[in-house]
Amino acid sequence: MSFNFSFYFALFTVVGLIAVVLIGVGAHLQFLFGVVIPYLAVLIFFVGLLYRVVKWARSPVPFRIPTTCGQQKSLPWIKYNKLESPFTNFWAAVRVALEVLCFRSLFRNTKVVLTKGGPKLSYFSDKWLWLGAIVFHYSFLVVLLRHLRFFTQPVPSFVQLLEKVDGFFEIGVPGLFVSGVVLFVAVTYLLLRRITIPQLRYISLPADYFPLFTIMAIAFTGILMRYFFKVDIVAVKKLTLSLVTFHPEVPEGIGGLFYVHIFLVSVLFAYFPFSKLMHMAGVFLSPTRNLPNNSRAARHINPWNPVVKVHTYEEYEDEFREKMKAAGIPVEKE
Amino acid sequence: MAKLPKPDELVKSIDYTPPEKPWMETKPEFIPGTYGYGVKAKNLKILGFPNQRDFYPSDEDWQLPENWKEIFLEGMEDRLNRFRSFRLFMDICVRCGACADKCHYFIGGGDPKNMPVLRAELLRSIYRRYFTASGKILGKVAGARDLTYDVFKELWYYLYQCSECRRCSVFCPYGIDTCEITMMGRELMNLLGCNVNWAGEPVANCYRTGNHLGIEPQGIKSIFEFLRDELEDITGVHVDLPFNQKGADVLFIVPSGSYFADPGTYTMEGEFLLLHYLKEKYGFTYTFSTYASEGGNFGLFTSNEAMKRLNAKMYAEAKRLGVKWILGGECGHMWRVIHQYMATMNGPADFLEVPRNPITGTVFEHAKETKMVHICEFTADLIRHGKLPLDKSRNDHWVVTYHDSCNPSRGMGFFEEPRYVIKSVCNNFYEMPENTIREKTFCCGSGAGLGSDENIITRMRGGLPRANAVKYVHEKYGVNILACICAIDRASFPPLFEYWVPEVDCCGIHELVGNALVLPDEERGVRKRKTDLRGNPLKGFEDEEGTEE
Ligand code: HEM
Ligand code: SF4
Ligand code: SF4
Repeated sequence: MSFNFSFYFALFTVVGLIAVVLIGVGAHLQFLFGVVIPYLAVLIFFVGLLYRVVKWARSPVPFRIPTTCGQQKSLPWIKYNKLESPFTNFWAAVRVALEVLCFRSLFRNTKVVLTKGGPKLSYFSDKWLWLGAIVFHYSFLVVLLRHLRFFTQPVPSFVQLLEKVDGFFEIGVPGLFVSGVVLFVAVTYLLLRRITIPQLRYISLPADYFPLFTIMAIAFTGILMRYFFKVDIVAVKKLTLSLVTFHPEVPEGIGGLFYVHIFLVSVLFAYFPFSKLMHMAGVFLSPTRNLPNNSRAARHINPWNPVVKVHTYEEYEDEFREKMKAAGIPVEKE
Repeated sequence: MAKLPKPDELVKSIDYTPPEKPWMETKPEFIPGTYGYGVKAKNLKILGFPNQRDFYPSDEDWQLPENWKEIFLEGMEDRLNRFRSFRLFMDICVRCGACADKCHYFIGGGDPKNMPVLRAELLRSIYRRYFTASGKILGKVAGARDLTYDVFKELWYYLYQCSECRRCSVFCPYGIDTCEITMMGRELMNLLGCNVNWAGEPVANCYRTGNHLGIEPQGIKSIFEFLRDELEDITGVHVDLPFNQKGADVLFIVPSGSYFADPGTYTMEGEFLLLHYLKEKYGFTYTFSTYASEGGNFGLFTSNEAMKRLNAKMYAEAKRLGVKWILGGECGHMWRVIHQYMATMNGPADFLEVPRNPITGTVFEHAKETKMVHICEFTADLIRHGKLPLDKSRNDHWVVTYHDSCNPSRGMGFFEEPRYVIKSVCNNFYEMPENTIREKTFCCGSGAGLGSDENIITRMRGGLPRANAVKYVHEKYGVNILACICAIDRASFPPLFEYWVPEVDCCGIHELVGNALVLPDEERGVRKRKTDLRGNPLKGFEDEEGTEE
């Protein structure tokens, strides 16, 4: 698939989705876009997520195959690496936790440079992807948590605290939330990276651009709503609260921009279980990360351990007995 | 035979920028020198593997059965259901590209399909087409593609340009292990009789004769005795070589590479000396086996069933011979199998004892289930307890670096034991640059059944990152030998270094141990060692004739 196809296909899909909402809102389909689709999306999200995780979980883990990135536990006087070569389930769990919270493997990233005279290969630490990914994910998380304000009454104190921290700079009215802007910037970076690094551009599919465009559009419409074309926040909250209390009602006068925003969020939610975004759940199940490196100390059970045909010693001796005897190698049957 | 370009020409050809044409639309060229010969019918027959015919990858027609597509897809579904790793790794890659420049075949070759992510995508695109809703409905837009004859051949070509080294897995944020994907892919290839002969023949040989090379019992014995005689010339000791002996303390299993060709044989001789010393001094007893005369296991590069079939001999023989536990020699992939697969596949080994070093009293708790100990663990323990008199200066003619072999590194976490042993027996030791050792180590380029002569271009390309790091320490510290604990390494480094950094040699760790070990006669001053195990004069004896003629 060419770059152009992947890129524009994803872009026009998102543009098309936006057009769909705008037309829909024009045709007074607010209930559809404000209630039916969000409900559906959330349902698909949870059912889909569960389905996928169950599907993974139903495939057994026949072998204990951690990727060991540190010294094994062996002789007592050799210091072993609990984190990178965990011997117990506890440390394996810590390893996964750090993977999830700090993206440790990504932190290792290097970049290869080949100098042809020589030749000389050099490897430089390259933490940009790690930084971009960390910033992206955490700002995403903060934005998501902040949105709890719309679904709770009274607003929990941790959300209020988060808003305080997020709005620390107190720029403008309403106060600027750093996370939203950072999210937009980080997504843009991830996108630019994909477009400009030749290898990455080569491997990217529409499915790689699509979530990026969607998230960009979500962040962008969010920012527009908050700072530029203000929507009726009271009405929005009325709608969102009605959704969580299962008494859906659509107040009048919420601008079209809001429907674009919530529709794209719905799309992202519904798209999630069918896509690579499932890495969120998958990382916890990854056998190269979540298993302890203790295979020589504790037997791992393979539920389908096959019965295989082996070449027994008896068959072997039958074939070679005379030669073995001639060579003075002991045999079982003379 | 393929024409291998000169090193500078080969370097010149490396281009990391992928072509304009999208990858799904390009086909691989089967250039001689970049792939191994196909498996022979006779080898498939020995194992009872499907589609028994001589396989020629360069042929247009691969003589696949009529229903090859069904076999492939059914095999795939079966494995998706049996291996969580496979299903998960098919699903969660975000194509972030972190693994892209981590593969030695990509670094030394620049073929974009040797980026681990794209290697995996070759199979993933088929997965999406036949096993995901989006791929079934949207097809190409969802990154899916039909399994065609060309796609199948392309997949084969790149599955056999992965040495299953797991380096990519270290860097992936989700631990996606392209090695694991390659293993699955190769199992599928084997359902259709499409192995390389360099893996298929060792598996068949090992199945029948107990070792990869197909050496019969009397042959093994005479090879061992030849090595013993060589060793006797150098050291004056006559090593006891019991075969298939019952009731010894340990069964010692080495890779056949250790007794087949140098420089592996020097490692074997070093191990002979160690065993001899322990026997003389402490009454330690050991036996070799002709039936289990292979530590390595090319089944690992073929299918999990093949691996299990070969591995079964180790426990079977240990049981028959009534030893206490098993000692394993220096071999990389052998130890991945022993460490991560053996107990699961062929255990429990409840007829053996928890390994205990009778000389030091150390109980190898970490191996209490498999009952198998790596000789470097064993030797490190002996040295730590001061049980071996060592004269480091006997390795002074060597400036040593250490290569972490892929499998013990990323499949076992085996880093300190060998280093401890090396530092105990050598005065001159230098590490290669940090990003090329330990868990980030580079493959020799010839692992996983890729080590055949006809595959020379792929091997020289894939070996470039390792060789280049060796060159660096050679130029900086004067390193003239690389120590390693892998038989495939010891077979593949000599030609690799010849090509990239001709001044450097390769050895196993126990060769160095053998050089340094002070034998009883030497301790008493009755005899003096004048050459190393290769017959090279030791420092201070350069003018004298070596004892070896
Ligand atoms: C261990 C945890 C995680 C790691 C290491 C991780 C890593 C990454 C990486 C490397 C990317 C690719 C960026 C790119 O190049 O395009 C990405 C994308 C993404 N991740 Fe995560 N992620 C994790 C968990 C999560 C979680 C919990 C979410 C929750 C929603 C999430 C949502 C996303 C989204 C929406 C993208 C989209 C951007 C894209 O498609 O490229 N991730 N992640
Ligand atoms: S590092 Fe992992 S997630 Fe990223 S492209 Fe490679 S396999 Fe996919
Ligand atoms: S396992 Fe090794 S050879 Fe295979 S793709 Fe990964 S880095 Fe390359």
